[in-house]
Amino acid sequence: MPALEFANQLRAKFRELVSAPAEFRGEVTLTLADAGRIAEVCEFAKKSLGFDYLLDISSVDNYGDDPRWTVVYELYGIAHGCHLRLKTNLSEEKGELPTVTSVWRTADWHEREIFDMMGICFRGHPDLRRILMWEGYPYFPLRKDFPLAGKPSEMPDVAFTKKAPLEGGPFVTLPGGKDTITREPRVRVPEN
Amino acid sequence: MATETIEFREPSARVNLASFAAQPAAPAAPSPPAEDLQELHGEKLVLNMGPSHPSTHGVLRIVLEMDGEIITKATPDVGYLHRGDEKIAENMTYTQFIPYTDRLDYLAPLANNVAYALAVEKLMGIERQLPPRCQHIRVICCELARISAHLLGLGAYAMDVGALTVFMLTFTEREKIYNLCESLTGARFTTSYTRIGGLMRDTPPGWCDAVRKFCDEVAVNFDEVEKLLTRNPIFVGRTKDVGIISRADAIDFGLSGPNLRGSGVEHDVRKAHPYLVYDQLEFDVPVGSVGDCYDRYLVRMEEMRQSVRLLRQCLDRIPGGADNKSGEPVNVDDGKLVLPPKQKVMTGMEELIHQFILVTQGVNAPPGEVYFGAENPKGELGFYINSRGGGTPHRLKIRAPSFVNLSILPHLLPGHMVSDVVSILGSIDFVMGECDR
Repeated sequence: MPALEFANQLRAKFRELVSAPAEFRGEVTLTLADAGRIAEVCEFAKKSLGFDYLLDISSVDNYGDDPRWTVVYELYGIAHGCHLRLKTNLSEEKGELPTVTSVWRTADWHEREIFDMMGICFRGHPDLRRILMWEGYPYFPLRKDFPLAGKPSEMPDVAFTKKAPLEGGPFVTLPGGKDTITREPRVRVPEN
Repeated sequence: MATETIEFREPSARVNLASFAAQPAAPAAPSPPAEDLQELHGEKLVLNMGPSHPSTHGVLRIVLEMDGEIITKATPDVGYLHRGDEKIAENMTYTQFIPYTDRLDYLAPLANNVAYALAVEKLMGIERQLPPRCQHIRVICCELARISAHLLGLGAYAMDVGALTVFMLTFTEREKIYNLCESLTGARFTTSYTRIGGLMRDTPPGWCDAVRKFCDEVAVNFDEVEKLLTRNPIFVGRTKDVGIISRADAIDFGLSGPNLRGSGVEHDVRKAHPYLVYDQLEFDVPVGSVGDCYDRYLVRMEEMRQSVRLLRQCLDRIPGGADNKSGEPVNVDDGKLVLPPKQKVMTGMEELIHQFILVTQGVNAPPGEVYFGAENPKGELGFYINSRGGGTPHRLKIRAPSFVNLSILPHLLPGHMVSDVVSILGSIDFVMGECDR
């Protein structure tokens, strides 16, 4: 499997920084031990292994676990048609990793989105602003501790809600509920 | 002055960006009257385009910084349609999220349904078990959606650059696609047609023949549209050599779909990583040679013809024939994945249990993570699903092609004129429902 060969080349170059490749549903995932070196690994993957196309960057909130954040890079090579996933974890205290905008320019908006939604910072990003939410919004809505119903925010002239958009509303599900009884949409009394 | 070096006879006049950088910023203080005109020349004008502008096809806002009529800096502002789809997905079962996928690229809801269902099925590891009839119907859905999205894209594009008739022509055909959607799914717009492991239902009687009739009619329509646009001097003048995206830039900015292929990159997910029955079907992938707006138009035009070709092949090959006389299944034969037939729920114990578990807890996905990208009309629609087991995703990330395609605007727009912005936006063919999620 060619993706596995690329994974092994990355391991040969970076040794213990890169974990053993994990395979699931025909996809190869590598985990980087040090988030601070992600740009270096991506640079090598692009220049030497032909991963010239960055499909996507995602972020995962492992709320309750340490390290809290996982950043996931989906790499693809147009010429060889191989897909490779790079993952790296970083702790909540750190919350920062180097940008890969210098490797692929498409990373610009993906990183801005992660900053906007999760609050993870990208060191060296040329223009790290919120992208989907408005400038000055105080929360990071994709974090697991942000309720689905929303949080009240006060931003005169831009967006002003005394109540959260769905607070106590009839169609609010609770996050993380294991069964439908706890998750089902129903009127809920706001806590406290 | 930089403006003096511009050749205005070319509509696509591009200026040397370095000369803008070297130019000192206009002083704010009033200058002596003798120099007034000179100073005014260099002053930058900030123009706000959108979020409610006919050519932005939705709620895209672009802040344009201009020197005369030439754009020196463009800052797109997205997010006006943000609904938090990814957050919502984390709080419901996989099946419950299907209606939300209708609202991503709302010009091609059927294609989104198929892409999402395939992503979850990849996570479950059942994409190879899908019955052939289901796969063929899904391909028909995808290609109908592609034609529908491209027809709207072309019609609106032509209208933006001044050809109103095309819009009327293409919308006549889109109306027929909506009618087909209605008889297939019960809804014209928000189709929610796929299910994890199958489809909501089989095709209704006579539907396949209706699609075949549509194929014949739409092919005539393509010819009419082509006659109106392809050699139309106004359309060609507005699009040719405007908004050139080089091959390297297209890859670097992660463009996908017709925008990537317009720049000459022969990459189509249907060819590179065939899903469904695309590997058994014959179709060509059109690519552009220059990478300008005109090339992207030509690629879309040809893609629609290829879609008709795919539709005809699927209709010929569909197992069970048009009306499924032989009773081919459309769902995976697994009670733990697909809802049992309603009449059995109240009579069979096992069916009742399956129904109850599936409705209350959803399909039981294994822990793991997958990325699945499908070739949608706008480009590669990808779903990254991070599962910790159970019926709800821990994290579902949507790679929206429109979002990625729009990220090239700050690089592409500078050096063009304001009128070219309309032309370039139309050729990128984005949809904000998907971009903002």
